[in-house]
Amino acid sequence: MEPFRKHTGKVAPLYRANIDTDQIIPKQFLKRIERTGFGEFLFHDWGRSAEGTPDPSFVLNQSRYSGVSILVAGKNFGCGSSREHAVWALADFGFRAVIAPSFADIFANNCMKNGVLTVPLKEHEAAEIARKASEISDYQLSVDLESCTVEDSQGLAASFHIDEFTRHCLLEGLDEIGLTLQHEADITVYESTHPVPSTWKA
Amino acid sequence: MPRTLFQKVWDEHIVSTPTGQPPLLYVDLHLVHEVTSPQAFDGLRVANRKVREPLRTIATVDHNIPTEPRGTPILDPIAKRQIEALQANCREFGIRLFDMDSAEQGIVHVIGPELGFTQPGMTIVCGDSHTSTHGAFGALAFGIGTSEVEHVLATQCLPQRKPKTMLIHVSGKLGEGVSAKDLALGIIGKIGTDGATGHVIEYAGEAVRSLSVEGRMTLCNMSIEAGARAGMVAPDETTFAYVKGRRFAPQGIDWETAVARWRKLPCDPGAKYDTVVEIDASELAPFVTWGTNPGMVVSIAGRVPELPANGSDRTAAQRMLEYMGLEAGVPVEQIRVDRVFIGSCTNSRLEDLRAAARVAKGYKVASGVRAMVVPGSQSVKHAAEQEGLHNIFQQAGFEWRESGCSMCLGMNPDILRPAERCASTSNRNFEGRQGRGGRTHLVSPMMAAAAAITGHFTDIRNWRFQ
Repeated sequence: MEPFRKHTGKVAPLYRANIDTDQIIPKQFLKRIERTGFGEFLFHDWGRSAEGTPDPSFVLNQSRYSGVSILVAGKNFGCGSSREHAVWALADFGFRAVIAPSFADIFANNCMKNGVLTVPLKEHEAAEIARKASEISDYQLSVDLESCTVEDSQGLAASFHIDEFTRHCLLEGLDEIGLTLQHEADITVYESTHPVPSTWKA
Repeated sequence: MPRTLFQKVWDEHIVSTPTGQPPLLYVDLHLVHEVTSPQAFDGLRVANRKVREPLRTIATVDHNIPTEPRGTPILDPIAKRQIEALQANCREFGIRLFDMDSAEQGIVHVIGPELGFTQPGMTIVCGDSHTSTHGAFGALAFGIGTSEVEHVLATQCLPQRKPKTMLIHVSGKLGEGVSAKDLALGIIGKIGTDGATGHVIEYAGEAVRSLSVEGRMTLCNMSIEAGARAGMVAPDETTFAYVKGRRFAPQGIDWETAVARWRKLPCDPGAKYDTVVEIDASELAPFVTWGTNPGMVVSIAGRVPELPANGSDRTAAQRMLEYMGLEAGVPVEQIRVDRVFIGSCTNSRLEDLRAAARVAKGYKVASGVRAMVVPGSQSVKHAAEQEGLHNIFQQAGFEWRESGCSMCLGMNPDILRPAERCASTSNRNFEGRQGRGGRTHLVSPMMAAAAAITGHFTDIRNWRFQ
């Protein structure tokens, strides 16, 4: 996994509450068996007409937001389905961080496994960032995971909380499965007293 | 120290508590389907890892299979490739697969319980958010992403931060025509779609106790729609009677030992929860959702709500009404439907089909309405046919299909066309969920059947059963 330490990038605003994973990556694109290639389908049904032509009013289709790497959204971002394809689509499109007042649990977990940082800020801070991203061209933010802070060049300085283990894994780009396997002896001990149910064998 | 049901199951499954890391939780049962697993198996191959305990993982195909008669070729080459990938992965890693042609194939959350894999006190995970369904048995069951699927395959464990606990206490009795689905919708309507984020819910109280295991599954299934990690109901005699004798349930002396253990699971008197919500069952009605998230519920006797006064809520509600093609103030009973879907991991079990058939019996589907019944599994379908439910549905003009997730998420060919309005027994009414531009209203199986017959939402409490 690519480590996340500090990232500075352009911000796209999509400041609506309850953006669900069905919007982030609609179901018709979940049939691929690879982890790659989902970026072009990000927010597909919001960004394209039924015939597939890009809708110029959708934020990510506007040239002023080309090259964005930070998304700012409303509360409860990523609710709904557990599909990790939503995170693969965000990452493949180029997003390294998502800022919102709150995130759905499974989505936030999935982000962490893919080196995408979820940044929970206070509602008024997220709203301010969304407003600036709409009003100021090429509006940029710096997200620093070492200090757990977010800054822009116009005086915004916000801090966020992240679970210490998650922070550590992201900073180091750690393979979580490898970490768990360091406790293989404990797993074996546990399994010796918790055998597979006999009716499940054969 | 008195412990909650959740705390007991949690404690029992802690493998290790490494410093500076979340506890490692052992996973008793891992359910796998075609959509969220191929990248996980690929990850194992890339890292040259094996499946640690293949007997603890079971697989089925449900999300993108057609519900036309079995044997119909899958025309979508990408869907076909995904199903073939699961078949190949199960062969390679030695995992039990209930495949397309199996008499036990079905929606993963329907077959786990009906085969007896799902048992009280277990930890159960699946790359699907509706894994919360299995909590109906007093299991700790939650949805995970594909990276975590890979983690469980490789280690049979997951590092898990301990969630908070929420008690939802439902006093009183559910009225006539008010089902487990209405209870679930009523709860989400009250606490909101993020009301239980970060929590595991325990459902308790008279109204929950009186639900069948199938009703409890419907209730726990929708926990995720309130943002919860999981929902649980303490096991009791109803639970034990459901599990007993199922193919993969404990047998003989093991059964007695298991039940003795399960009897100790319910919450101890005096155990504390982080959050407590009180619901009065007598205040609930048959509900219909009007918006594009499951928290937007209104009584069948009510009207589409007026727009809120303030800024961002008003914009959101306006957007929803526009998407749904509705106007504020319209009586719910006047909303006409084009399609009806009875199915999904929320409401596709035998009890659901019986409830819908009881409404449909002796009636015809309204002209211009296309109604579809998709049993949750081949076993459900077979049992329903033994009782003649398929005849009732077919005589009324409903389509009687093969089992799968179908129009709940429309990954297979069962989808709404733009602007089509659907009364659906599924769990999500998100924009485009059942097909781009499609308008989904979540309801109970009885309410869906009634809407199919009359062509508009209809209060089931006034139904003339035949």
